[in-house]
Amino acid sequence: MAPTQFLRDKWSYVLLLLLALLLPFLITNRYVFQIVIMGCLFSITTLSLNLILGYTGQASLAHAGFFGIGAYGVAILTKAGLSFWLALPLSALLAAGIGFLIGLPTLRSRGSYFAISTMCFGVIVSIVAGNWIEFTGGYNGIVGIALPNPLPIPLIGEIGFQTQTAQYYLVLAFLLLTLLIMHRLVSSLLGLSFMAIRNNEVLAGAVGINAFAGKILSFVVANFFAGLAGGIYASLMGTISPSTASLELTFNWLIFLLLGGAATLAGPIIGAFVIPVIMEYLQFLAEYRLIIFGVMLIVVIIYFPRGVMGAITNLKQRSRDFFGRRKETIKGVAGG
Amino acid sequence: MLLEVKNLSKHFAGLVAVNGVDLKVREGEMLAIVGPNGAGKSVLFGLISGLIRPTYGQIHLQGEEITGWKPHRIADQGIARTFQTTALFDQLRVVDNLALGYRLRTAGGFWSTLFHTRRWKEDKNRTTGKVMETLNFIGLADKAFHFVSTLSQAEQKRLSIGVALISQPKMILLDEPTGGLILEDTDEITALIKKIHKVAGITICLIEHKMRMVMDLAERIVVLNFGSVIAEGTPGEISKNPAVIEAYLGGESVA
Repeated sequence: MAPTQFLRDKWSYVLLLLLALLLPFLITNRYVFQIVIMGCLFSITTLSLNLILGYTGQASLAHAGFFGIGAYGVAILTKAGLSFWLALPLSALLAAGIGFLIGLPTLRSRGSYFAISTMCFGVIVSIVAGNWIEFTGGYNGIVGIALPNPLPIPLIGEIGFQTQTAQYYLVLAFLLLTLLIMHRLVSSLLGLSFMAIRNNEVLAGAVGINAFAGKILSFVVANFFAGLAGGIYASLMGTISPSTASLELTFNWLIFLLLGGAATLAGPIIGAFVIPVIMEYLQFLAEYRLIIFGVMLIVVIIYFPRGVMGAITNLKQRSRDFFGRRKETIKGVAGG
Repeated sequence: MLLEVKNLSKHFAGLVAVNGVDLKVREGEMLAIVGPNGAGKSVLFGLISGLIRPTYGQIHLQGEEITGWKPHRIADQGIARTFQTTALFDQLRVVDNLALGYRLRTAGGFWSTLFHTRRWKEDKNRTTGKVMETLNFIGLADKAFHFVSTLSQAEQKRLSIGVALISQPKMILLDEPTGGLILEDTDEITALIKKIHKVAGITICLIEHKMRMVMDLAERIVVLNFGSVIAEGTPGEISKNPAVIEAYLGGESVA
């Protein structure tokens, strides 16, 4: 695709990227900036939850468990003297590896059985974190986890991560990496076979798709990114505790995903940014705001099964039908 | 011999659904399996395609034993199938369904998808070509980007046959390809099946209730009743077979 054509088709994405890159110059409030950084981090977890739940149709409730494994991995390894840049991929791989082992038995069950068994695993992770005191510091958790080591960049010099701006660019870089990988996966035949497994597992088998292997792959990749996000979280926050792997976090991401739009790439990011902001504005309602989210969730699931993004796509489709400008080309067959 | 089924049986908690069936499918033939409701026809297809594990007996495809294999491996070996209640990926578009049918002829693993390797690009282009070709073959080119749920019953039946066809199978098992269709649509599907047999040269094994269609299509007919083969022969022979007439007419009062 020629660069000008690319700009014409994807100008909105380019604009968004520019905005994201310039964001540190637009936000002056440290508190707001911190919310943005957490939004990026939780976008990664929600995007990866989206792969296994949204695209592959397997409701994993162990996501915060794997986030916690990544977090504890980075905390313990950096305390042992390892560089963050080595500890992070190792911890993400650990989460992926444990995900593989957990997936072997649990992915043989379906629907709510899979949800319950993964939920149990998530709870077990936080119980282990609370009781394996020599390693995890028990319920006090681990404090004083080092920030990411400064990155030596040729010509520019070292980049440290003490400032919020540097931390923001760090999480943004990982978010973009996650987004790129998710995009490649879901817009390919491989992603299509994940959706086939979600849609009709028996038929998927009949057309030659190994559904079990597909689910394992999706689960492992999702858990890799959950672990990755957990590792970054540990290093940026400096303290972690068993609540880092709590079920509550999984349910938060689940709400981000369902409200933002499952099985879309923009939905999880919209959810991860918009919902915490709404939460902030509804602070004054204290516990009652959960009622509002309950109602929102019910409304969205009934009227917009694919969340905000689904509603937007519907609107676009309708306006396109209305104006009769259907520009469908055969290029879209196997995705981009 | 393309497919050889020996003494194949399936018991469901005491109920004998398929009872010692011997069946041979020759390369390139059009075989029909008929029989009253509950005769075990669909279970037989389930056994051959690996969806149901046989209680005993063997299945050989071109001399290789495939008994007890998982459905995706059997599909990979070249047995494609359709389902009685039309099964499609109804959350996806027509082109996606066909691309998924061809998926087993592509590599597209995790790493090649991640790095868009040359192999991955070749597979993608080949898939696009095959999808186009199949769309034209089954006459759904104008509905390529429609979602399955918007297709008519007959179009869905055609698409499900297309999904089986695109996988370049050695044989296709069609489970009631015209079930629930009106007469004109039935003729259209019959023509499509003939085309697949003649033009694509694929062996076809179909289950059907509409005797007129079976007599028109099949070169050979196997009749099942209560899980056993009760007759086998050309359409001419079958229509005169007393056991078959008994099963279809006299059998009514027994069942």
